[in-house]
Amino acid sequence: MKRVDRYLLARVDLPDSHTLAVYRAHGGYQALEQVLRKPWKPEQVTQVVKDSALRGRGGAGFLTGLKWSFMPDPAKDPRPRYLAINADESEPGTCKDRVLMERDPHGLIEGCLVSAYAMRASTVYIYVRGEYRVSYARLQAAIDEAREAGLVGRRILGSDFSCEIWMHPGAGAYICGEETGLMESLEGKRGHPRPKPPFPAASGLWRSPTTVNNVETIFNVPFLVLRGADWFKALGTKGSTGNFLCGISGHVERPGVYELPFGVTAREILEQCAGGVWKGRRLKAFFPGGSSTGLLPASSVDVVMDHDSVKAAGSMFGTAAMIVLDETASIAQLMEVTLRFYDHESCGQCSQCREGTEWLHQIFRRIVRGQGRMQDLDLLVSLANGMAPAKTICALADAAAIPTLSAVKHFRAELEQCVRLGRDPLATATAQSPEHHEAHA
Amino acid sequence: MALPQTITSELDALVTHYPDRRAALIPALHRCQEQLGGWLSPQTLEDLAAYFGLEPVEVFGVAFFYPMFRLRPRGRHLVSVCHNVSCSLRGAEQLLEHVCKVTGAPVGGTSPDGRFSVVRVECQGACANAPMLDLDGTFHEDLDPERAERILRSAP
Repeated sequence: MKRVDRYLLARVDLPDSHTLAVYRAHGGYQALEQVLRKPWKPEQVTQVVKDSALRGRGGAGFLTGLKWSFMPDPAKDPRPRYLAINADESEPGTCKDRVLMERDPHGLIEGCLVSAYAMRASTVYIYVRGEYRVSYARLQAAIDEAREAGLVGRRILGSDFSCEIWMHPGAGAYICGEETGLMESLEGKRGHPRPKPPFPAASGLWRSPTTVNNVETIFNVPFLVLRGADWFKALGTKGSTGNFLCGISGHVERPGVYELPFGVTAREILEQCAGGVWKGRRLKAFFPGGSSTGLLPASSVDVVMDHDSVKAAGSMFGTAAMIVLDETASIAQLMEVTLRFYDHESCGQCSQCREGTEWLHQIFRRIVRGQGRMQDLDLLVSLANGMAPAKTICALADAAAIPTLSAVKHFRAELEQCVRLGRDPLATATAQSPEHHEAHA
Repeated sequence: MALPQTITSELDALVTHYPDRRAALIPALHRCQEQLGGWLSPQTLEDLAAYFGLEPVEVFGVAFFYPMFRLRPRGRHLVSVCHNVSCSLRGAEQLLEHVCKVTGAPVGGTSPDGRFSVVRVECQGACANAPMLDLDGTFHEDLDPERAERILRSAP
């Protein structure tokens, strides 16, 4: 793997990297100044984002510039316009946006301002998951500093552009990372996703035009303004441009968050960044992009990490949160933990998801405990196919079905052996694991 | 009853951030929980409903939906142990077992002396530093049972 030209994490290791003084000393707010002082037209900012082919880093990989272009023409649509930052990072295995928010909050603030300018939004909400208290405090302090310096609020840097940025905490619900669930939650309601269409650009927060973007996505924008689309496209691969943050966790020697160009292989990340599988053991399987993506067997470790290649290998790039399992791990137990999560997080609106996630959880649970039946394997597949694709309001049902199908596809023999033996020989103690999730109250 | 003025004056500022006051409900639930004993009593929820001009059932419905809101009293310290994939691969269940032993609290319950409540939680975004626990809103990461015990024993 060649040397990585880091920009996303270039400032995070500086002392006091979260302060305005350090941010400014390392080129901070130059993109905003360039856009407002030159000045650029808002469409020019959108155009460079389009030309860069930046894809969203929140999991779906949608083209950011295309999403922005769905916002209606302000000349014909006088409604207020909103940018909502999805900082509800909660896909299992994903811990990358936290690094940016805690250690380079001004980078996100500048990205918000430049992006809001492009979309002619005058209000930005940063929806941070409730548990990320350090992220919240660092961002709030950065907003306060920026406001004091005339970078947030009315007539920014003396221009005609005014923009407010408000922090908003979530309260522990995974579903609020889904963009319409996030909007419901921001409006003070249960995080129940909305049917689409209408899409947020047509009718989002308070029925007004809204764009929801992930933290890392927006963090890229000032760099695109300063360095241009060609620089960005020279990093990465044809279909996936730029660098990305990869959080690698589980059975590895050096778990961590690493910045990499698209096009590296999963093996390179595992061996060269994370120091390989821990304890000298062999690789058994890995999630390439969080627990909602298909589990891949060790034989797929040479997959190129970009959206198209991971898809071709039968999984998804997701949030690039690699979760690694060594040869001693139990697939049934992994899946029990995974499905327990989706069972807990289903909002309950759609019956396929509400009932399906619980059923899948219960089946994996009984397989781990040696009470599985041989027909359970087909039942898992049949249930998962009844939940997805695209049979429900949002993709949470898909997120439960996809890893289920991949586990049965690649590890059917191991699951069947648990049934035959009447026990899971690889399982570790789970005596306390709850059958039904505890009422949080 | 009404909410203390320290809280309402904060909320009065908060509601101006949104075109609709109700949007401040979740931040308001957080403020109340932090400042009124670590949980949301039925009285607090009714007071919040009155503040926002909502039916109490609306506020209850929202509070119940979000795992961070606690609707029953709890111990002086709240210990949340992540049991999701990355943590469980690195010993979360053993960590949780030890946390229960050290605190005397069962999972989902409170120790007899009222000092600790212990809960399981889903992924907290500390996956690269697993396993972890959250003690009263502060993350403690890269744990083993011994380190966790030292942290818990030093809680006041």
